[in-house]
Amino acid sequence: MSEQLLSVRDLRVRFTTEDGIVHAVDGVSFDLAAGEVLAIVGESGSGKSVTAQTIMGLTRSPNARIEGSVAYRGRELLTADDEELMRVRGEEIAMIFQDPMTSLNPVYKVGDQIGEAIQAHRHESDHKAREQTIELLAAVGIPDPSKRVDNYPHEYSGGMRQRAMIAMGLALEPTVLIADEPSTALDVTIQAQILRLLEQLNRDRDLAVIIITHDLGVVAEIADRVLVMYGGRIIESGSLEQIFYDPQHPYTWGLLGSLARPDRPRTMRLSQITGQPPSLLAPPAGCHFRPRCPHAFDRCTRVPPLETRVGENHADRCWLSVEQKKTLRVVKTGEIGLEAPAA
Amino acid sequence: MSENSPGPSPAADSADGSANLLEVRNLVKHFPIKSGILVDRQVGAVRAVDDVSFDVARGETLGLVGESGCGKSTLCRTVLKLLEPTSGSVRFEGTEISHMGRRGLQPLRREMQMIFQDPFASLNPRRRVGQIVGGPLKLHGIASGSTLKRQVQDLLERVGLNPEHYNRFPHEFSGGQRQRIGIARALALRPKLIVADEPVSALDVSIQAQIINLLEDLQDEFKLTYIFVAHDLGVIRHVSDRIAVMYLGKIVELGPADEVYSNPIHPYTLSLLSALPIPDPRANAEREPIVLEGDVPSPADPPAACRFHTRCPYATEICSEVEPELVLHDREHWAACHHPLNRGDPHAAQEALAKPDRDSA
Repeated sequence: MSEQLLSVRDLRVRFTTEDGIVHAVDGVSFDLAAGEVLAIVGESGSGKSVTAQTIMGLTRSPNARIEGSVAYRGRELLTADDEELMRVRGEEIAMIFQDPMTSLNPVYKVGDQIGEAIQAHRHESDHKAREQTIELLAAVGIPDPSKRVDNYPHEYSGGMRQRAMIAMGLALEPTVLIADEPSTALDVTIQAQILRLLEQLNRDRDLAVIIITHDLGVVAEIADRVLVMYGGRIIESGSLEQIFYDPQHPYTWGLLGSLARPDRPRTMRLSQITGQPPSLLAPPAGCHFRPRCPHAFDRCTRVPPLETRVGENHADRCWLSVEQKKTLRVVKTGEIGLEAPAA
Repeated sequence: MSENSPGPSPAADSADGSANLLEVRNLVKHFPIKSGILVDRQVGAVRAVDDVSFDVARGETLGLVGESGCGKSTLCRTVLKLLEPTSGSVRFEGTEISHMGRRGLQPLRREMQMIFQDPFASLNPRRRVGQIVGGPLKLHGIASGSTLKRQVQDLLERVGLNPEHYNRFPHEFSGGQRQRIGIARALALRPKLIVADEPVSALDVSIQAQIINLLEDLQDEFKLTYIFVAHDLGVIRHVSDRIAVMYLGKIVELGPADEVYSNPIHPYTLSLLSALPIPDPRANAEREPIVLEGDVPSPADPPAACRFHTRCPYATEICSEVEPELVLHDREHWAACHHPLNRGDPHAAQEALAKPDRDSA
């Protein structure tokens, strides 16, 4: 087992808003090993982005209550002061965001924005920083980097902007890159380029990547390990193979079953998950998935499920026993659906 | 009438063209680029839709795929006459509508409706759901008063909403529910054709399946014809009978859904399919995707001849000199390419997807 870089324990994040308290993250624990690609999957409002932002110290605000622990190589980040946090940010953990259009400043040249990140942390001369920036742009596959370094963001295409963001993230040679929906705003052919770039960085630089996405296709393409989040909790975690071929939680079944797959002929009907995701203002008592789960029983309404180990590195939160799940899970020619088998 | 036009196979009753609900021929939509302060000079044009022809048969679903900027939304809006076409012809049930005025179009508007992508932007936040869904009924003088209310409530119920929510405002609904409101509004006039422009791409995965299933049920129930636009190739394959692939304002491939997916002819279609991550790790690992280099060129200045030649792994000299025509390769399967793939061997596509015959770096 390689070195554990990041360890998150029982993380809880609550925001006080006008409408009440939003329980955005509700007891999340996981580890990230060096050189690993960890995917966090979930729908909007599942708490995946807040988890990542809290690791980076971006959710610190007067209305936020953060409990638990986030440790980077044994250093606690939740209680770290601004100076310490700044050192970790960028130099150890970098983050890239979904929308490359809004995360670059439109009135500064791309090269200057990347150079600024370098100079904020290291006392390099302007000339040196510029050279490093050009190297970085070349490393992320921007054509003609010595010219492109002087372009403004609007002169870049969507894919190039995301590459520039990745270059900025890599500027201080971090060991962890958190990518929040890095390819969602991009077209399929450009998405493939960006995923390939992330894979290459993971391989060549031994960069650990946390990729946050709602797209199970992206997960299948790039991840080693997967966390499935629902309603602020991790409801299942396991290796890529375990999640896709031996899913334990009914929500994971539903998610896999509701996908329209491009490599399969048209099926009769998509198996759907009925209802809406829970409101985090007033999450349902017990299991958060219970109101939408066809297999729920009375225990699910009362007590939130504890983590059950299914196998090595594979855990889920569901009150059904492993045997029950085996009979309830519908598996038809590689497809897994949520609907109960016809009697 | 359609001896050399890409459409569905000649059905039994196609002698008078009545099998086709919609016939689009050589449709062009250019947006002028203007310059100058006092005098408007046209310095160029964005060729959003450039010489596009296709047919839509009654009761079928035509899927339209392509990357952003390829003109799929402009095509939809031009077909519905929400935009004035630059040239070309659009025939709806045999009636030429491309040059019709507002008044002439009004009765036809009932027959064709649209569902929009963004369920937040496409509903007026200051109107109640009842007013939104009942609007078309009132405008066309179909119902009023208590009949209107009853009809609207029936519609709401049909799309899976609570009819008692008649008096609520859009902000009280979630994204998926709002999309259902948009569907109820499109359905209100019992149209024949519904153009759905990315109807599920703003929704979460678990909600997407609900909306897709709803659209399919409604199609069966009301005998609807759909033009379904999406960039998600999985969704398109699931809903479509036939698929048109667009690149920079042109249809590059058109054919039956399963044919296009298992036997793509155009290299662009192949690379789109190959770039798409499949939600199945084993299937993903088995193939070596073709990753296209570069970005989509600007439609204001598209490459000469074949527009895909700048990114095409199979491009040769002829591709930059002669524009390929959309030709019939197979039963109902059209493509515009000088180097068509997979001709003859039905399994070549899968093999090409698995290991492209080029140095994959």
